Parts: sequence; structure tokens; C-alpha cells
Amino acid sequence: MAKVTIDGISIEVPDGTTILQAARMIGERNTADRHVVPPAMCYYSKLKTSGGYCRTCIVKVTKGSDKDPRPMPKPVASCRTAVMDGMEVANTTDPALIDARNGVVEMLLINHPLDCPICDQAGECHLQDLSYENGKEASRYEFERRTFDPIDIGDTIKLHMTRCILCYRCVKVGEQLTDGRVHGVINRGDVAEISTYISQAIENDFSGNMIDVCPVGALTDKTFRFASRVWFTKPVDAHCNCENPKCSGNAVLWMKGNEVLRVTGRKDMWGEVESFICNTCRFDRKDVNAWTIEGPRKIDHHSVISQGHYQLKREQALLASPAPNVPELAKRKELKDR
Amino acid sequence: MGRKLLFQHIDKPGIRGLEGYRANGGYRSVEKALKTMSPEAVLEEVKKSGLRGRGGAGFPTGMKWSFLAKPEGVPRYLVVNADESEPGTFKDRYLMERIPHILVEGMITSSFALGAKVSYAYIRGEYFYVARIMEQAIAEARAAGWLGKNILGSGFDHEIHVQVGAGAYICGEETALLESLEGKRGNPRIKPPFPAVKGLYDCPTVVNNVETIAAVVPIVNDGGEEYAKIGIGKSTGTKLISAGGNIKRPGVYEIDLGITCDEFINSDEYCGGVDGRAFKAVVPGGSSVPIVPYEMFLKTPTGENRLMTYESLSEGGFAQGTMMGSGGFYAYNDAQCIVRSTWNHTRFYHHESCGQCSPCREGTGWMEKVLERLEHGEGRTEDIDLLWDIQRKIEGNTICPLGDAAAWPVASAIRHFRDEFEYHVTHREKVKDPKHFAREPFRKSAKFATA
Amino acid sequence: MSARTRPITTTEGTKPFSFSEAGLAECKALMARYPEGRSKSALIPILHVAQAENDGWLSVNAMDAVAHVMGLRHIEVYEVASFYSMFNLHPVGTYVLDVCRTTPCMLRGSDDLIHHLEKKLGVHAGETTKDGMFTLKAVECLGSCGSGPMLQCGAGYHEDLTIEKVDSLIEQLRARNSRTNYTDR
Repeated sequence: MAKVTIDGISIEVPDGTTILQAARMIGERNTADRHVVPPAMCYYSKLKTSGGYCRTCIVKVTKGSDKDPRPMPKPVASCRTAVMDGMEVANTTDPALIDARNGVVEMLLINHPLDCPICDQAGECHLQDLSYENGKEASRYEFERRTFDPIDIGDTIKLHMTRCILCYRCVKVGEQLTDGRVHGVINRGDVAEISTYISQAIENDFSGNMIDVCPVGALTDKTFRFASRVWFTKPVDAHCNCENPKCSGNAVLWMKGNEVLRVTGRKDMWGEVESFICNTCRFDRKDVNAWTIEGPRKIDHHSVISQGHYQLKREQALLASPAPNVPELAKRKELKDR
Repeated sequence: MGRKLLFQHIDKPGIRGLEGYRANGGYRSVEKALKTMSPEAVLEEVKKSGLRGRGGAGFPTGMKWSFLAKPEGVPRYLVVNADESEPGTFKDRYLMERIPHILVEGMITSSFALGAKVSYAYIRGEYFYVARIMEQAIAEARAAGWLGKNILGSGFDHEIHVQVGAGAYICGEETALLESLEGKRGNPRIKPPFPAVKGLYDCPTVVNNVETIAAVVPIVNDGGEEYAKIGIGKSTGTKLISAGGNIKRPGVYEIDLGITCDEFINSDEYCGGVDGRAFKAVVPGGSSVPIVPYEMFLKTPTGENRLMTYESLSEGGFAQGTMMGSGGFYAYNDAQCIVRSTWNHTRFYHHESCGQCSPCREGTGWMEKVLERLEHGEGRTEDIDLLWDIQRKIEGNTICPLGDAAAWPVASAIRHFRDEFEYHVTHREKVKDPKHFAREPFRKSAKFATA
Repeated sequence: MSARTRPITTTEGTKPFSFSEAGLAECKALMARYPEGRSKSALIPILHVAQAENDGWLSVNAMDAVAHVMGLRHIEVYEVASFYSMFNLHPVGTYVLDVCRTTPCMLRGSDDLIHHLEKKLGVHAGETTKDGMFTLKAVECLGSCGSGPMLQCGAGYHEDLTIEKVDSLIEQLRARNSRTNYTDR
């Protein structure tokens, strides 16, 4: 076991745990301590060898360990750095680190289209959250942005490369979940792109999970595109007895009335799906009778989706108060600022 | 006249072939090591020599070797980094082209010390003809029994393979090189684990520069202590410097570490001074190291003569010093425009960024665009501060050192030549002329300015 | 999109490709150099062989043949081929002139050399002459910094170039009219 302290909060974790995992353990122990958790755009605990690329999870190691207390000279990627006993880490408490992370966010955004109003991912986009928390109100980038034409990779998935931040998660899905990867990263540097090279469909029972792991709107579900804003839908937990032995059958149905608009995996508090589902469940099982409904999906109150119309209590509370509810809004803003 | 350890016989007839090389004392280190020494003893000599990695980082070679993990039943590899791509650097090409057997010999002796049965020389793709020369040398060595099974009856087996790249500066980064050698994209790996533990094919691996491995030959022949007698402090032995730019005598020189910078740049034995005008600036170690004004290259901040050593070149830190780097030396005369050169540097890094991590992928292109604008008379004063801020956001925040390498030339150019950047904003029309050169309005002598 | 043009990602309009007997033998020999199960290491050397046998560029057909010979997934080959700048993903001329333009060469006049070649050949850097003879490329550092300006054509380095030298080189190449490759011996 190793004791690690992040922003002054300590936890004992098994050897080999990364700083990011340790931070998440702190956040899971007490949600009030969630601020110690660095943002992660490319790391995905369910995908091997993920992480290290986006650099948003960088932290400052102010003390290496009890044995060797020297601080680390540069910020390190918390998702790929293992804790040492006695390590001390700054995530939100070091101004230089915050400046560096803001720099990373700015870099991620300079070529991102900022087309959130027409992007299907809006409302559940990790880059949106990240830029809200760590970004600036205006970009200093004045040059033409990199663009690509959106393409269909199969009947069910749309690839909008312009929005991609090259997190490599979908490539890892192809490698680790499907029976053979047909897409990858081609070219190099800032013209690198996710591609199948020759236009071809990605046909595999588990390819749809690429959509769930995509942190931005680069990979979207064609069966749901433009059907509804996600915050106007009602997410419910449901399961089915899927015949595919690799499919967990545990899903979220995103509903409007009795209509199932979209099916996704269930995401945990860090935005990662808990278990992967097959394409049949995701794209074809759109009849509510094909599912056993478990109840409303608990959505984090930070999320815009939680403002939907299914959590009666909250809705009534808002309706009952004289509009606009300034203290309520201010409180939420304050929470967001943390 | 300095001692020559690597280049001693370079002009001898037939030195490129095995016969000529052998006639001049070649392969003695293999005989000595395999017949009379243990692997540990070879390592000990390398440690004693104080040899530091000649590829750019200057990490002590003996220490690097001693980190090599040695789990039972797992092969170990030596990989020679001949992906020489750092602008300004062409020493390894010269060495391999002229005297290929010294690298073969060094690889055998070093592999014996490391316990590697197979070693690879990864040569950049553009040097295809050099790879042919190396292959030829390896074939000769194999035919003569210097490679293969049970070399010299010692029980040590060794094979060397030459691998060619295909055009990617990033493959000079050791983990990107290993990826490329495994037949993948040259994306640097995230460390740890380091190659000494998990390198080529997940096996313990040492990656060394061509010159480093060649230097093992004289170290084993004459002893580490003898080698360490050359040089000053922690800069021991000789170093190959490839010199270019606006000097009279471009070429590759083997210098004793510790000669003065003035001697190197101005004496007729080496660079021979400026090519007709006056020196303005120097990049002593390849494009990644900070550019410094000529006067600052000659003198340390305390006014002493600066020496060609790792320590002396970096004296004064980034504010007033630079680095030895890989020994890719080039000098600028006063007809050269620093903004244009910085734009050129940045375009290079933009082109060579692998694209894995965000600050380098996006930041290098951004810097290039801002610099292009400045160079073409379309910039604004704020652009200079913007550039400073972008490079600051890249440095230290990337997976591999390419980010730093892209940031330092920009930072140092602004630090020392800010007036030229400002001139590009205030004299937009003048700099639009492609033949403009930024001389008259600027310094006559170096300012030891910090930014 | 940057100046780097997108690769040709279709087989349409390109000719079929199969390795020559000698080429195939070389592929097998290259793959045998690595430890068991590690023959993917031969991918870059084999792509060089394929490029040389496919008029100097890597078409989808050529890369698919490489994937077939090596037992790799096609995307693994595309990913690698598109990473490295020596692999041409468009048809090229009989001669590819790689002119170095990085700083040390720039200090010695590479900008002028490139402009001269652009004017002389009537193309911009990155383009091929109408007669299909020359592809002019402005490339990054070729490790010939003390002997710039310089260019690479096939395996050969042409160094310490002047306008006169490069003019006569062009004439020689034009007269010879036979393809050069990086792999030439």
C-alpha cells in the first residue's frame, strides 16, 4: 500500500495505482472532494494502454515519495504515473500547474470547431465541460481551423473528424473489443486523422462502443443524430437478455415519451461506460418492450441533462420559486466552479 | 592539434574495408574484451571513462548501461540510434560512411558488455546509401568471424542488423525509434517504463547514439582512465562536431572537449571563422538548443572564455547559455534574419511533430503560423508576446522532448533578438522584400539581455 | 487542411500491384531477420521495396500487397505508410528531387535553390512536371548541413549545389531518363 496526498487530502491505495486512479478513489470516498480529480480526455480505465496523450490530467508532484522527497521537475500525466508511498500531488492548488493545464485546453480548442449548437454531443461533451472549467472566454487563435468532411463509417456511425481531439480511445476499442481493427490514425502531426484510409464500413458487433468512449462529437450515433437534444430526453436504466455472450445487456435508454431515441452504455461518475454493449442492443433494439426498465437514470446534478423533465422534485422546486431563481443559479455556478 | 580517437585513421587508404581497418588496429577492442575481460569489466571501463551520450542528452553512458535489467531467460538488445535528423548534425553519417567498421566493432564490444546477442543499427531512411555501406561492413565482419556464433572462441554469439527508417525526425527519440523498429508509427512511448526495463519487443534495451558506441572502442583499447584524461570535469574525451552555416570550413571535426569556443569557431584547424562578413549568432548543438549571440557564445556571463564542454556551454542557464546537444554546430553571419530562421526552425518541428499529444501537435503549427505572419510583414507587436506564451505552454508539457526542442529555439530567439522581431512589426514593407536582412538597426555588440 | 495533401485512398485508376520475384524474396529475407513473431519489424523496409517496384509511390494496391505478404491488417500498413515522409502516397515523376530547406541549408542558400528549381521546372514545390519527369519536393533536414544547399535524388546526395551545378544535374537526369529510388544500390 502507498499513501498519497492530493491537494492536501490523503488516501491509502494499492501499489501500482496511478495518481489519477487514487484521485478518483478520493472522489468516490467523498464526492465533496471531487475537485482533486484531474480531468481526463484520453484515459479510459476500461481500455488498456489508453491515456497519456491529451495532457489535460497533468499534475504537479511536489514530493516524489518518503524515500525520495524531491519534487518532479515537470508536470506529469497523472493517468500514467504510479503513486509512491508518501507522494504529494498538487492538482488545483498549484497556480503554475493550472496555467499549464489551461494551456493544454487552449491547444485542444484551437482547431476544434466550437460548433456546439449543431453538435449532437453538446450537453454530454467532455471537451465542453473541460473548456468551461479550464478555458478562456475567447480564443487567441486567428488562423483558419483544420477541417475535414464528415464521413459515414457504416450505416450507424458518423465520423466528424473536424471535432476529433485524437484521444485514441476509439482505436483502442477497435483493437481490444472488436475482432479486427479496420480504422486507425493515419498521417502525422496536426493533420493526423482517424480513418479507415480506404472508405469502408466498420462492421463489428462492438464497434458502436466507439461512440460511447468518444469524449467529443467526433463519433456519433447515426440512428440518433439530430433526433433530439440530449437534455430533452429521459434516460432510464434498462437491461435485456442479449444473446451475445460478450454483451452485458446493461444499457441506458434515452426516451421521449414511449419512444426509445437512443441506447448507450451506462456511464459511471467519471463518464466511462461501466460495461460494453453490442451493436444489436445499441442500434436495433429500439422497442421499449424489448427491455426490462429498471428506473430513471441517476444523472449527476452538474449535468445539463439533469435539468430535463423527469426529475419531478427538482422541476417542481424550480417552478415553485419566483423566476429566475438567482440564488439557485448562483449556487449551481459555484458548484460548477469547483 | 587535438588527439583523434575516432578519426585517427579516417584518411588512411582502404579504411572503409575490413582489411584496411584491421591493418590500422581495428577490432582490437573485441579481442581484448572477449579474450581478457568480463562484461562487468568492460562496463567498469566505460564508467571510468566518464563517456556521456553523444546523441544530445549527454547522459552518462556507463550509468545508462548499469540500469539495464537482466531478468533470466529474457533477451537483451543494443539498439544504435543512427537516425541522425537534428538539423545541423551530420557527424554520424560522416563516421559511418568513412569508417563503418568502428561502429561494427563498437557494437560487438558494447553488446558483449550488455549481454546482447542481437543488436540493431537504426539508420534514417534518407541515409539509404549509408545503410548499404554498413551492411557491407557487417557482411565483411561476419565472413571474418567477428560476428556469428562463438566469436573468437569466447562463447559469445552476436548478430547485427541494419534497419532503415523512412523519414521521421521523431524516430531519433529513443522510444519512438523502438516503435519504428517494431514496424509501427514513430510515436514516442509514455515513460516509465524506460527501455532499460521494457524496450525493444518489451525486452530490456539500451539505445545509444552512433558516436557513443564508436567511442567505446578507444575506451576499451586504452582504458577508461586514459579516455577521461582528455577533457575537463564531467566532459571527458573527444566529441565530433559537425559544423555548418556561414563559416569558412564546414565539416566534421573531432575536438578535445575543453577547447575554447573561440578556437573552434575561428581557428583554421576547425571552422576557420566567418565566411566574409561578421558573425551574428551561433547554434552550437543542433536546432533544438537555444540560439545565442556570437559574443555570448564566446564568453560566459562572468566574462570568461566559454569552452566546448557540456558545462561551459550551458553556463548562464537558458537566459545566457545554450547546450552542447548533439554537436550540430551552425553559425549565422550578419546577413541572416533571425525571424526567418526561427520560422524555419518552427516549420521543421511542426512538420516533424508526431501528433500524439496536444500541446506539441497544435502548438507547433500555431507558432509556425504566427512566425510566418511576422516574417512576411503582417505581424503585430502582440504576436511576439503570443509566441512567447505559446512556447511556454508547450515546454515541459509533452510526452517527449520534441515539445521542448520546438520551444527553445523560439524562446531564445525572442530573448536575444527581440529587436529583430520588433523590426518586423515596425518595418513591414521592408521585410516583405525577400532579400531583406535585418542588420543595420541592430546591435553591434551582444547585449546580455534576459527576457 | 495544411499544405500536406491527402493521400490517394482509392484503388480506382491505379494499376494492380504484385511483387517481383526478387522483391518477394527480399521481403521474405527481411522478415526472417527478426525474432519469431516479430516480423512486423520488416514493415518499413518492405514498404521501401514496394515503393521502388510501384513507380516510386505507394498505392492502395501496393500497400495491400504488403499487408498480404506480411500477414498484417491493412490499416496497420496504411497507418505506418502515412506517418513517414519518404513514402509517397501520390504518383511521382521519374525523378523525385528532395531539396533540403531546413535552417542550416537555408543559411547556405536553399531558398534560392528551391526558387530556381521551381522556375526552371515550372512547378511549385510538391508538384510534378507535366512531362512526368520531375517531382520537386522541399523537405526537412537531410543531414547534409555542412554541404548545403543540397538535394537528394534516389539514393544519391548532391551537395554544395550552385545554380550551375543543379542545372547540369537536371540535364543529366533528363538525358538518362530512368527512375531512381531510395533503395538503389
